[in-house]
Order: sequence, then structure tokens, then C-alpha cells
Amino acid sequence: MAHELVEAMANMKEKEALQIVDDLLAKGEDPNKILDLSSEAMQVVGQRYQEGTYFLPELIMSGEMLRKIGEILKPLLAAQSGVTKKLGTVVLGTVRGDIHDIGKDIVGFMLEVNGFEVYDLGIDQPEDAFVKAVADHKPQVLALSGFLSVAFDSMKSTIEEVEKAGLRTGLKVIIGGGQMDDTVRKYTGADAYGDDAMAAVAFAKQTVGVA
Amino acid sequence: MYPKNWGDMTPAERRAWRIDKWRNPDVAWASPEAEADYKARVDRIVAAINLEKPDRVPVRLNMGFWPAKTAGITAYQAMSDPKLGCKAWKDFNLKFQPDASVDPLHNTVPAAMFEALGYNLYSWPGHGVSESASYQYNEKDWMVAEDYDALINDPSDYLIRDYLPRTVGAFKGFGALSSFWDYIELPFVFGQVLGWGSDDMVAGLEKLTNAAKAVNEWAKVVFPAMGEVMSLGFPPYAGCATKAPFDILGDTLRGTKGVIVDMFRYPEKVLAAVDRLTPVALDWALKKANPPEIPICFMPLHKGADGFMSQEQFDTFYWPTLKRVIDGLVEQGMIPLLFAEGRYNSRLEKIMETPAGSAIWLFDQTDMARAKATIGTVTCIQGNLPLSLLHAGTKEEVADATRKLIDVAGADGGFILDVGAVADEGKDENLLTMVETAKAYGTY
Repeated sequence: MAHELVEAMANMKEKEALQIVDDLLAKGEDPNKILDLSSEAMQVVGQRYQEGTYFLPELIMSGEMLRKIGEILKPLLAAQSGVTKKLGTVVLGTVRGDIHDIGKDIVGFMLEVNGFEVYDLGIDQPEDAFVKAVADHKPQVLALSGFLSVAFDSMKSTIEEVEKAGLRTGLKVIIGGGQMDDTVRKYTGADAYGDDAMAAVAFAKQTVGVA
Repeated sequence: MYPKNWGDMTPAERRAWRIDKWRNPDVAWASPEAEADYKARVDRIVAAINLEKPDRVPVRLNMGFWPAKTAGITAYQAMSDPKLGCKAWKDFNLKFQPDASVDPLHNTVPAAMFEALGYNLYSWPGHGVSESASYQYNEKDWMVAEDYDALINDPSDYLIRDYLPRTVGAFKGFGALSSFWDYIELPFVFGQVLGWGSDDMVAGLEKLTNAAKAVNEWAKVVFPAMGEVMSLGFPPYAGCATKAPFDILGDTLRGTKGVIVDMFRYPEKVLAAVDRLTPVALDWALKKANPPEIPICFMPLHKGADGFMSQEQFDTFYWPTLKRVIDGLVEQGMIPLLFAEGRYNSRLEKIMETPAGSAIWLFDQTDMARAKATIGTVTCIQGNLPLSLLHAGTKEEVADATRKLIDVAGADGGFILDVGAVADEGKDENLLTMVETAKAYGTY
């Protein structure tokens, strides 16, 4: 039987969840424990999304609840060491010429829920921003997002630049968003394309050998 | 203008009137052949809409800035030099010979107009995105959650005195105006008029004047250019546009995240808002100085796609008011062109509630075999050659995919071939292959 906070969050009961957090804190519960319960709830949400019973709205709503709970807990967690073992590292971003972020944000969210360290560069990112991030963070996976056809060429040139910088070996690249399919994958030189956030998670897990 | 007895006409009569206007426009034909081509094209499209077999599969091209790319100009140039832009679009129609014209209307509107307006909702080529990229929406909760009651109470007043002052610089001063209802009683009038003297209003009116000058110069070029393309035998495809009420709220008012959170926090407000926006969506398409004569009404659909919401949320929040807009348009003799962006595989059964033979469903990445077997038995379907293939495929792959698509979706008529998504660029030889394959292979 899951904790009532996990139940409330996983079932999108925002008011109830926030009330439970208040009550727990009033009773002197360890804020770290509350944060763990919140993370557990996010995993339930992620699981239901993977199973096809939850969709974009539940991901966004649970993210919103987590943000609010995080705001409440943040001042109480100041001494947190924050060292948790991650499955791997992903550099993520929307490529040059494209300013869409919703799909990218969902991919980042699902990767984090599934235990990955995610460096999200943001939207309309030039090739050299990805090259620098790959050099700095040494991710196992580079995830390129784009909604419009303008992204096809930007993805291609981004991957080319990463290769020129000598960073392509051992790095797996996945593309996703709008019109991405196997034709674009081949065109850009990516290793995979994803239809949805789950594909990105499956790919990342496979890459780090935990699939 | 509509005939005097419009109010007494049946939806079928209204539609016949619009189709007749569409088929017999008041233009000076470039040649008798051009006139014959034009009419054959309209007949081909109408037969498909009626779920009949035309002489062959009609080909329509869902183009964004592609014609600019073909002409070797940037999107920014297309939006800066209307002559250059219009020539690109005319040349494109002549080169690719689609069954409906590809109009420069939405891709050559002058950047100077948006600059003058101080339009914040989108970035456009050279302004927030590169000169070669398409215009893109700046996602944000431009309407805040606290505004629901104001929107529901009086959507148009909310638009004019709250939303526009936030989103369009030229309208900033409108935020401080008193109610326009002041004009219905003499003693109240001065209060409204006084507001027009504010610094923001004076600056805003100048901005609007500059925007109007820019658009007037453009209109002098673009409308004759469109008339010329028509006279060469290419019928325009859509005469007006509107949106699903949920998308009006969710796209550029509350934004994706905003509207999604609202569905959980204030479901009753979201439902009241989309209900209130339903007649607004209808008037948007129909209530114009010159009512639309061309029957097709373009409706891009966004937030109801697969994955964007559950079926229950679609059935509750999205579809009922969209259905009312569709029904209202059909009642007025219009043919809604429902552009289901993304995928609609999970919605295909539900949308079979669309009035039979009265609309077109344009699919992006939806499974066309399933679409044909479901909604395709009720209305015409259109789509959906992948943009990726036009961009990165070979001619052979494009020809194969076109033939396959015609086999799957075009059997027994009721199908219009198109690109699945709005195409900003790709290989010309591939697009030509798509068109020519359809014309050769798509005969009935």
C-alpha cells in the first residue's frame, strides 16, 4: 500500500497532496522523506504514462505538483548533499532554428524520472552549444529535439560538428519531435529516432545497459 | 454577398451556392484551357469531398515557405518584398501544377507589419528566429488563470481590453480604455473618448497606421498576384479559417501547460470558456465584411492529438465544442477542412460523428489505412505523404510511397493527396515526383 502522498500525487489530487505535505511537516516528518515520497509518485506517473493510461496532461500536472512541493521543501533541505547515483547522462536540446520546447521538456522529465542526469540546453541551440555540452558533460546520449523541417538540417549539422570535434565515438544520438522518422534519422546520421518520450527513455536505458 | 433568401436556404442549398461561386469566379481567364483546367480541378476536389470517384486523385500541396526555397529566396525576403514573394509563389504553382493553388497569403505578409504592431505572440524570420526559418509561436500563458471569469463573461471585451494590450504593442493603450458601452448613452461618451488621448494610445495609433500602410502596400501586390494564379487555372483551396474552441484557449491564450493544469484545477472554468468560445469560433470564420464564398474553411487542430490528452479528456474538453463548430459551419454551407496535426489514431472512431460528406479530415501522421476504414467511410480524407521523405528521400522512395498511399487511402475515391505537414523545404524533384506519380497512378 503506497503512502497517501504518493496516492494523491499519482492520482492528480493537487490540493490533497499539498495538504498532506503540510500535515507531514507539522508532524515533524523529515523533508527528505517527503521528497522521496514525491519522487516515488513521479515514478508511478511515469509508469502509467508508459502503460498508456496517462498522457501529456498528467505528466505536466504532476510536474507542477512536484514543483510546488519542491518550493515548500527547498528551504528545509538546505543541507542536502544531493549525491544520488544516476544511470547515465543525457545532453538534450532543441536544435538551431526551432523554438519548440514542450516535447523536449517531456523527454527531459521522463529521463529524469527514470534516473538519468539531464542537461537541457534549451531551444534554438546552435551546433557549437551541443559540441561544448558534450565535451563538458561527457554524456552517453545526445538527444536532439525539433518540430519543424528546419530541424532536419540543423540536426544533421549538429551531429557532423560533434563528429568533427572528435566526440562522436561512443556517443549515442537520438532525434525526436514532429516529423522525425527513420528517413530523417538516416539523413542526419543519428543512431535512433523516437516517436515519444518513452522511446527516448528506452534508448537511453539500452545505451547504458540497464534495459 | 449572400443572396437575400440566405436565411431560408437549407445547408445543402447554401453549400451548392458556395461551390457554384468557387467554380465560377469572376476572373478574366488567361485562356479557355485555363478556365477548363480550373473547373476540372474544382470538380475533382468536390467529387472527392462527396466521397465519389473523380477522374483521378486530386493533389493539394500543404506548403509553408517551400515556394520561397524553390525560388532561392529566404523566408525573410518573402516577408519583405511582396513582388519577389508573389513571383516565387506563382512560379511554384506553374512548376508543380497542383489541383488547388498554393497561396502566398500566409507567408508573404510583411514583416514590417508585425514590426510596426509590436506583435509578441510569434517570432518570425529575422525577428526571434533566423531569416531562413518559419514563423513560430512563443509559448506562454499570455492569459493568466485569474482571467477566466473575464474571458467567460465577455470574450471580445477581454480580447480587446486585456489580451491585446499584453500581446500586441500597438494595443497597449487599450488596456486603460473604459468600456465601449459608454457610447450608448450621451453623458458617458466623454469618458471613453478621453482614454484615446493617453500617450500609449497615441503611440499605438501611430503604430497601427504604420502597420496598415505596410499591409496596404503588400495587398496591392498580393491580391492581384493571387487573381493571376487563379486566372491561370488554379482554384484557391480555403476561403476562411477558424479553430477548435479548446485550441483557441489552449494555444495562444493559456498555452499548453496552462490549459493542461487548468483541466485539473478548474475543469468547470475550462468547460465554460470553451462553451463561450464556440460562437466566437463560428463568427471568426463567417462574420466578415465580405462573407466567404469559397466553401472550404481551414481548421488547424492541435491539443486533441494522440498523447496530448486521454480519450476521456478529448471526449469531455475537446470534441463537443469542436463538433458544434463543425456543425455550425456545415449549417452555413461550409466544408470544414480539419487539419489533424500530429497523430489522430485514437480519435478516429469518435470523429466519425462528423456530418457525413460535409468535411475533409487532413491527416499528418495518422495511420491512413485505419483512417480510411473509419472516418474515411464518413468524410473525405486528405494527406499524408511524410515531409521527411520529401526532404531526405529519393525519387523512387517518394513514388513508391505515393502509390502505396493512393492504394490505401484512395480506393473508391474520397481522397485528396497532400503532404502530411506544412512543408517549409525539401527537394523539388521529390515534390514533383509526388505530383506526377499521383496524376499517372491515381486515375480511377
